[in-house]
Amino acid sequence: MRFIRTKAAVAVAGLTLSLAACGDAGSDSEGPDVEVKEDAASEFDDGTRMKELAEAGAIKIGVKYDQPGLGFKDAASDTPEGFDVEMAKILAADLGIAEDDVEWVETISDNREPFLQDGTVDLVLASYSITDDRREVVGQAGPYMITGQQLLVKSDSDIESVEDVKGKEVCSVTGSTSLETIEAKGAKGVGLDTYSDCAQKVLDGSVEAMTTDGSILAGLAAQNEGELKVVGEEFSEERIGVGYPKDRPEMCQWIVDTLTEANEDGDWEAAFESTLGPSGVDTPEFPEMDACES
Amino acid sequence: MQVIIDNFDVVLKAFAYTIALFLSSGLVALVLGTILVAMRVGPVAVMRKASAVYVTLVRNTPLLIVLMFMAIAAPKIGINFRWLDVQIGELSFTSFFGAAFIGLALYTSTFVCEALRSGVNAVPLGQAEAARAIGLPFGGVMTQVVLPQAVRASVPPLASTMIALLKNTSVAAVFGVAEAVSRMRALTNNNASDRWEIFIVFALGYIILVELISAIAIFLERRWRVA
Repeated sequence: MRFIRTKAAVAVAGLTLSLAACGDAGSDSEGPDVEVKEDAASEFDDGTRMKELAEAGAIKIGVKYDQPGLGFKDAASDTPEGFDVEMAKILAADLGIAEDDVEWVETISDNREPFLQDGTVDLVLASYSITDDRREVVGQAGPYMITGQQLLVKSDSDIESVEDVKGKEVCSVTGSTSLETIEAKGAKGVGLDTYSDCAQKVLDGSVEAMTTDGSILAGLAAQNEGELKVVGEEFSEERIGVGYPKDRPEMCQWIVDTLTEANEDGDWEAAFESTLGPSGVDTPEFPEMDACES
Repeated sequence: MQVIIDNFDVVLKAFAYTIALFLSSGLVALVLGTILVAMRVGPVAVMRKASAVYVTLVRNTPLLIVLMFMAIAAPKIGINFRWLDVQIGELSFTSFFGAAFIGLALYTSTFVCEALRSGVNAVPLGQAEAARAIGLPFGGVMTQVVLPQAVRASVPPLASTMIALLKNTSVAAVFGVAEAVSRMRALTNNNASDRWEIFIVFALGYIILVELISAIAIFLERRWRVA
């Protein structure tokens, strides 16, 4: 009797383990436990923004809520999760701020610069491509990830590369850089509100494909396993970095140092594997960071 | 300002979509609205009720929900516009344009109906009675006597409806139509440092178009002034 019960217990334990193993992207993204620094404020010079934040013990960080694997928050969860979010936690931890004390703010593409300019957020980590034009109005440190545009198509589609979508309708988010790039490649751009809307349109056949950074597509493909697939080589280069207010240039070197350190002690890799890893993206090399203007 | 000069063709093409959407759904809305108003003031009780129910339902639904239904829910129940694929010069009109166009037309037709009904109510009852008295059937009463006078009286509210329609086309930006607002968002996304100029240029574009509609309305009012 006892023997059977033990067997049952073992079987149940085995089942639970196997179930836990097939969570899809973003459902169990408990990232690495980043050590929150004690007494972080004493490490920074007086008058710097880092010291102010560390003393206040609170920080407002802008992330995306609609990009599985990078910054995603569904209706059921309290906090967003994803690779961008893990990077944000690493930065907060360096200021001695635990993740529970971080105030997450949803930023859409259009309001990232205004939110930094008017102080709605202290940092932006929202698949924020570094561009020269943006650097005129906000500070951008990094990149902490380099990604590129790919295509997401139905599993049974015969589209293999960006060459195959010339003259066809390809979906992305209204006003995004991805949409402009694909139009330049000769496709008809269709702008919708969110990436999930686009995925829906690919599934129901209204559009041939959707396009944006490969890392986001991988997350969507994982959410719709067996129905959607990512195809083609990357045909653009997006350098994803951290946005900070332009009038706080001292933050740049701190961000670069903290992220470099996170790479050295393995937190960066662990964050990547726990968020984007499950959707089948190979962990890339840690990118070369831009030098900060002193 | 350099951004706008460099991308002026993009701006023009964007407004071309806005105008195309406005003209196509505006025309259909005017026709549908006239049919609806004829039903609403007609002698057949079933048609009166049906028209009143339709107008009440659609007019009280936010446009965003109407367009969402057209773009997201309708394809699921087999109503789609995938057969639509027209290329006119640089502009291509596909299923997304179709959904936005039908949604805007259906939504605006209710406002056209109510604007016309206010005009019908402005026609003295004696006119309709006199028309009946000389033996005109309902169709004749409407087309020969009541509607011509009603349209005159409805020009100002119809102009308001059309101006609202022009601005409502901007909602199609998030339903796959590359009209002015969607292009504006693309430009501000890429040129964060020139936000002001981009906003002002696009606002000006809309102001010019609305002023055109107003000018046409004023011209018609003058022309059709009841002696």
